[in-house]
Amino acid sequence: MAGIITLEVATPDRLLLKEQVSEVEVPASNGAMGVLPEHAPLLSELGSGPLAYTPVGATKKYIAINGGWVEVLPDRVRVLAERAEFGDEIDMSRAEEAMKRAMERLTHPTAGMDVARAMNAMHRAQARIEAAKATGMVPKK
Amino acid sequence: MPSLIDIRRRIRSVKNTQQITKAMKMVATARLRKAQERVVNARPYSRMLREMVANVAAAAGAEASTLHPLLAVREEKKVQLVLVTADRGLAGAFNTNLIKAAQQFLAEKPERKTAFELYGRKGRDFWRRRDVEVSGEVTGISQAASYDDAEALAVKLMERFTSGEIDAAYIIYNEFKSVLSQQVAVKRILPLALPDDAGAGRDYILEQPPAEFLKNLLPGYVEAQVYEAFLESAAAEHAGRMTAMDSATTNATEVISKLTLYMNRVRQATITREIIEVVSGASALD
Repeated sequence: MAGIITLEVATPDRLLLKEQVSEVEVPASNGAMGVLPEHAPLLSELGSGPLAYTPVGATKKYIAINGGWVEVLPDRVRVLAERAEFGDEIDMSRAEEAMKRAMERLTHPTAGMDVARAMNAMHRAQARIEAAKATGMVPKK
Repeated sequence: MPSLIDIRRRIRSVKNTQQITKAMKMVATARLRKAQERVVNARPYSRMLREMVANVAAAAGAEASTLHPLLAVREEKKVQLVLVTADRGLAGAFNTNLIKAAQQFLAEKPERKTAFELYGRKGRDFWRRRDVEVSGEVTGISQAASYDDAEALAVKLMERFTSGEIDAAYIIYNEFKSVLSQQVAVKRILPLALPDDAGAGRDYILEQPPAEFLKNLLPGYVEAQVYEAFLESAAAEHAGRMTAMDSATTNATEVISKLTLYMNRVRQATITREIIEVVSGASALD
């Protein structure tokens, strides 16, 4: 059916989401990418950030994504994320805490520190904060 | 002839054992349900990832198999064997079958060197006393392996493979076929074999060049495979324990009924003997 995309978000643990949506915005590794129905088939890596989607007849929702891949087909979008979390399930204070810790580690590097890991932790925290914030800004019906 | 008291004691002891096996069976059943759920929940991800790998490989065309170091097939001089056993016993032939499969694996090609990576206490205890190279061991996670555990193992395997330390990596684990059947699976993890089943001839746009795309995708694929093996093994362990404990409980019931019958016979015999003694004693007085 035209005008509708089936969005599937899977993590290693479970199929997080399967829903009919009218619009998706995925955090691809080289910038956010908007997907509307009838998009050309495409494969891409994902970076970290909020994934936004608009379920048919509902308001926009967000999922925090950190790393993974996306497959786009004309009537389907499949997101494989190593980690993903619903925007409204994110504990903002914990995410901010994690962000602060990661920043702290990066600004005061100690010997033998795993920089890549700290960067990853920061990106993850950032994605969660952004998704939570964006969720908070959607007007409640 | 054993005395009545002795037989009664045996019956009581068998009953106690039966209570334990019955309880273990129920615990295993509950845990199995959870483990089975985890296996089912993890399936969409691994299936979709597999299709993704196939799609990228198809898009890359004939040169796909040269694009990534994890795909390099070398002569197997030294291999890594991951053995996924359980931490606990009393699960029927669960651990025995695994160890047998590992022994067979060694015997198949005696000339290649094998380094063990042991998951689970049972496997570790068995191989520790034998003359084999063990490169690592992890215990305590057989029932609750997380994705991070799988990632840690996958990363280690991939590092050793790309540095040339090992030429291949295999994993031996119990596959969860159904509640009544677990099957030992020997699977090659590295070098990776590209799946070629999907694709469907679609013309995908690749945002990244294939080589770059595979750089992150293939490690993720390896991790997912290891994770799947862990989950399957956990489910198979509970299923194995459930069946083993179920038959143990049935056997105990049988032993109890046999012992009870025997006990009654002994009691009857004693009574008969006593009557005869009384009667013959009385007639002796006449």
